[in-house]
This record gives sequence, structure tokens and C-alpha cells, in this order.
Amino acid sequence: MDVTITINGQEVTADVEPRQLLVHFIRETAGLTGTHWGCDTSNCGACVVLMDGKPVKSCTTLAAMCVGHEISTVESLERSGTLDPVQQGFHELHGLHCGFCTPGMLMTARALLNENPNPTDQEIRTAISGQICRCTGYKNIVSAVRWAAEHEAATKQEA
Amino acid sequence: MQTPAPFDYERATSVEGAIASLAEHGPEARLIAGGHSLLPMMKLRLANPEYLIDINDLELSYIEERMTEVRIGALTRHVELLDSELLARRFPVFRDAEEVIADPVVRNRGTIGGSLCQADAAEDLSAVCAALKANVVIKGPAGERTIGMNGFYLGPFTTAVDGEEILTEVRLPIRQGAGSAHEKVERRAGDFAIAAVSAAVWLQGGTIADAGIALAALGPATIIASRAEEHLKGKAPSEELFAQAGEIAKEDCTPVPDGRGPVDYKRHLAGVLTTRALRRATARALQQEVH
Repeated sequence: MDVTITINGQEVTADVEPRQLLVHFIRETAGLTGTHWGCDTSNCGACVVLMDGKPVKSCTTLAAMCVGHEISTVESLERSGTLDPVQQGFHELHGLHCGFCTPGMLMTARALLNENPNPTDQEIRTAISGQICRCTGYKNIVSAVRWAAEHEAATKQEA
Repeated sequence: MQTPAPFDYERATSVEGAIASLAEHGPEARLIAGGHSLLPMMKLRLANPEYLIDINDLELSYIEERMTEVRIGALTRHVELLDSELLARRFPVFRDAEEVIADPVVRNRGTIGGSLCQADAAEDLSAVCAALKANVVIKGPAGERTIGMNGFYLGPFTTAVDGEEILTEVRLPIRQGAGSAHEKVERRAGDFAIAAVSAAVWLQGGTIADAGIALAALGPATIIASRAEEHLKGKAPSEELFAQAGEIAKEDCTPVPDGRGPVDYKRHLAGVLTTRALRRATARALQQEVH
């Protein structure tokens, strides 16, 4: 079936099987390999992308179900050479080690800060509770998201 | 790589259209909403529908108060149930449960209709709706019918919703003196319950006029602890009474041993969680709970 999905503001059209999962459409059809494909069972959250601004697990969503919806992947965060504050936070405070969970963590963090610009550590932990990181113990991830929140608040104040 | 077996796909544009399509394609057709139960089962070949009817575009996402009941559209997602101030005020058991159902990302997709129709014995919302004595609206080729949660579950993963029917709405009766709560013990954040209990009480003049108690993960399907409910009726709420109801629920559940724990542990939880849920539900009915 013909499927057209808007990914990072660009329409991508392909003839795919109805059973194709969104994560495979993103990686193989759109060629955006920033989204990682981990557990396949909606447990690990490496595949999280935004669907109409809300984080969803792309391994448990059919590509066909996304027709007419806006998908954002980790590739949408950096703009004209400038990293998104959440990316900067992960860089500054070592919010990753192997990096496998990072795309999902970044997208969930971005969605959290869009809705709640000043989350508590507990709110950050709850937001990423559907995602697994085997390297960091989460502490640095929470610090990185906090860094991003503070950095964004400061930038807004200056502007 | 886990991918479902091949199937044909259609996006429904109306409830009537979805029903007609179910009838046309027969027993191999299934509805899909959030897909967070069905797709994992399809990947594991535990479900092998040949035809999927996507109902996400239907206008069945709402939470509204209408006269004597709160009506929830079947496509209302977990996150909306969690965030609803109306539900938090009328039926706080919803927020209790939603805070511990799966994880926030899954809650962005999963729906109340899907949760009830999946009929997993360990699923929380089924217990919530059963304790609140909800009614569900089911539409099919023969028209619309409304049934109570006490007639909804026919067995494990089996409900009163026929193959050509669709659950469209959950209706929660609003009654005076209401309080409700959900208690769950899980191995880790986001997991299914080892055991969970939903309780509701309706107080009138210092006594319990009616009560609802439903148990999750404590039998082959959601269990309504009707003997414990009856025991509470007409009596003044007290710690002793809650403990007695807990003892009855403990006797009347039928857990099986599995990776989440042995039978005696699960029975113990049934008793303790029933007592705790009743205590909290009653405190809320009396507006004594400190938030």
C-alpha cells in the first residue's frame, strides 16, 4: 500500500506492506538511521519518536497508522548547525556512554520540556521511565535534561 | 527481527463502517486502536489477524459529565485519563491506576477501550471499571446494547463483545458519597501487577450503602469480589470491617504461581491490597485524605 508520512517536515512516500513498523519505515525507507531499533517489544524506548509532538514507541506503531500525522525524529533536533539544548545537555554532562538509548532519551526529553519547561528531577525520571539505559545509571541523563531546562530558561530570559 | 505476519489494512472512517467491515471480513478481522497489546501479540504470533481495521480516526475520544454519569469514549488514551481533572475529582481510582499503568510513552497510545477488550486478567483499568460498576456501550450490526462490567468478562482474554461488534463508550454512574482507590504491587515500574485491587464505596448516613471491589492478576480474568462487597453493605466503615473484607477477597481469589510470585504471596497481597484500597476509598468519600 502507498504510505505518505511527514517526517521532520518532509513528506516521505513509499509502497510498503501494511505490517511495516514505523521504526523500519523511518530507518529503511526514509533513511534516517538516528532512530534506533532495540528490543522490539516496546520495553526499551530506543525507538521513541514524536507523533504530533508526543513520544511514541515506533516499534509498536504501524507505518500505515501514521499517515496524516507529523513524525519527528532525533535528526530534527539540530538546526543549522546548532544543537538543541537537550543535545547540548547530554554533551556537557555526559548523558550517554554507548549512545544506543540516546535518540529515544533525547526525544522524550524534548517533549517533556515542551510541555513542562521546568521539571523536577522526579518528573524527569517519570518521563523517561519507559526507556532503558544500560550505561549511565540514569543520573547523568537526568542531570543533562535539567541542564537543558536551565539553559533554555536562561536563553529565553536574555531574549 | 520481530514483525507481524502479513495482513491487509484499512482505516475506518465511521463506527458503522468499522462494524460493516468486521462483518464482511469475518473472524480473521480485528480492530486496532493504540496497538500496544495487539501488535506485540502479533509479533509473537499469539494473534494472527488477516485483516486490521484501524479505528484511530473515529471520534471516540472524550471524557464528559452527562447528568448522572461520566462518559468516556473508547479511544480515550491512558494519558488523557491520567490528566483528567474531572475523573480525578469524581473517580480518583483512575489517576491511582493510570500512574502505574505501563510507562508514559505507552500511555500516549493505549486506549481504555483496547484495555478492556484485551481482557488481560492483570490489566488495571478492567478492575477500575468493574469496581466503579461501569456500563459499557457495545455497537454491532443489530444495533446498540449496554451491559454492566459484571457481565463483560467471559474468561481469559474473552469478553461479551462479539466479533462483529465494537465497544464505543464506558459509562460511570455518579452516585452520592463516593470514594475510590486503586492499589497495585509490581516488580518494577511499568510492569503488569503481581496483584492489584480497585475499590469503591458509596456512603450514606455513616454507613456503606454500596461497595465495589475488583481484583487484577488474581485469577484467570478480572475478579469481582462480590462476597466481600456484600459483607460491607449496610455497615459503618471501620478498620476491622476493611480487614474482614480483605480476608474474604483473599479466600475468593484464584491466583496461579508464575514468575511474579507464588500463590500464598499473591493471596496475601489480595487481602492487604483490598484492605488498603477500601481504607483509602473511604477516606476519600469522607474527604479526609490528605493529599
